[in-house]
Amino acid sequence: MVDLPRRSLIAGIAALGATACSKINESPATKGLFKAAEDGHRALHRALASKQGMAKEFRPDQRSPTFRGNGSVTVADPFYQQQLASGFPDWRLAVTGLVEQPLALSLAEVKALPQRTQITRHDCVEGWSAIGEWQGPQLAHLLDAAKVKKEAKFIVFRCADTLYGRDYYESIDMVDAYHPQTIIAHSLNGEPLPEKNGAPLRMRIERQLGYKQAKYVKAIEAVESFDKIGQGGGGFWEDVAGYQWYAGV
Amino acid sequence: MAKKHALSTRIWHWINAVAIIVLFMSGLNISNAHRNLYWGEYGFDPADAWLHVIRFPGWATIPGHYNLALARDWHITMAWPFGVGVLFIWIAMLANGHFRRDLTTTPRDWTPGAVIASIRAHSGTGAGGHGHGYNPVQKILYGGVFGVLLPLMLLSGLAISPGAGGYAPWLIDLFAGRQTARSLHFIAAWGIFAFFVIHIVLALADWRLILEMFTGGRREEAPAEAPPPAPPLPDPVLAAEEGAPAHG
Repeated sequence: MVDLPRRSLIAGIAALGATACSKINESPATKGLFKAAEDGHRALHRALASKQGMAKEFRPDQRSPTFRGNGSVTVADPFYQQQLASGFPDWRLAVTGLVEQPLALSLAEVKALPQRTQITRHDCVEGWSAIGEWQGPQLAHLLDAAKVKKEAKFIVFRCADTLYGRDYYESIDMVDAYHPQTIIAHSLNGEPLPEKNGAPLRMRIERQLGYKQAKYVKAIEAVESFDKIGQGGGGFWEDVAGYQWYAGV
Repeated sequence: MAKKHALSTRIWHWINAVAIIVLFMSGLNISNAHRNLYWGEYGFDPADAWLHVIRFPGWATIPGHYNLALARDWHITMAWPFGVGVLFIWIAMLANGHFRRDLTTTPRDWTPGAVIASIRAHSGTGAGGHGHGYNPVQKILYGGVFGVLLPLMLLSGLAISPGAGGYAPWLIDLFAGRQTARSLHFIAAWGIFAFFVIHIVLALADWRLILEMFTGGRREEAPAEAPPPAPPLPDPVLAAEEGAPAHG
């Protein structure tokens, strides 16, 4: 075996560096620093924007020609597929958890609620953006109808899709839950949501990144804490990949 | 004896150095997530991209493998010292006269003759003879970094954040769209990288220059032919450390 000391030395230093780096990345102090930075951005955004500060809305001619589907673009569940084929006649959107009046709404009932239409920009964590017109009732309207209890601090969205064998879910705080542009969309650009964009219902939370915009929503749950849900990260990507729970940066 | 570099400058310099290195390398990792750049409000189709970016190798990125979540953690964290630092150094430079003394240019500084003279003086006397103020090329370069690149980096970074839509929609409009802001963020990052390389190469030509960024160095008397120095201004940071500064 031909030994190349210099090369092994360089490889050794590189390996040492990589180990040191992964130790830094995983140390509690670093994680605490990351969390503080994330919380700081959220606090700054909340201080600068009013609770109701609105994301930009666009003109119809500013929409992107198509709207990219990303993450889950199909749902394996046979019930979902059967419902998709027939226009979701038996689909129910549940509003549960810390509410005085749990709800289970059909798609027709969701569409019969007061509607909001907004043309907004969707920003993926990866960097791309698409612009589309969304329509649906404001989440605030549903939460008021269900009479959310005072102890509720977060709203969790339960989804029909699975990725890597896990159920997709997401969560937001009450500021974003009651934001006027936070809607449960059933249509995109005037058409019922296509499967790749989250049929029959998906969230729009316009001041955060794409992974917060839960698709295929089947239940909305008011909770005091999301520590016991999934791995406690507050969402699928937060659990699986360590994404930031506050996705406003 | 006045220091060549104010304490505020030195503290900011080293904090900012760490911040921009981490921001740049974690930014390259983030770039790997979607390697296309667009102009305008939206962009997701590679066919619409004005630039297809290379995949940056692990040795150039933080962390050393593709990990968008960790790269964003580093980027979002180091954005704090960078962003607060840019505000801090601008306030300090305006307050202590560094900006007026060393970075403001006159029309004469922009002439080819002034540029040639600067380069000739630099290569002739070596980097050691820098005590008496900045030459026109330095003024233009540093002015471009402080006046254009650093603020552009900060503002375009804010404009990319979806949360900014809630408090500063005008900022996104200023850049004519989020994808334009993202493209400019990328371009400005490489502008800072280019400055960084020139800066390091020139500093390494004389190790005393690097030492002075720790100690503060000594500000030499201006030679007779140089323009008169700015009148002294109170420098709270310097004053706190060294007593009454004697600007020369």
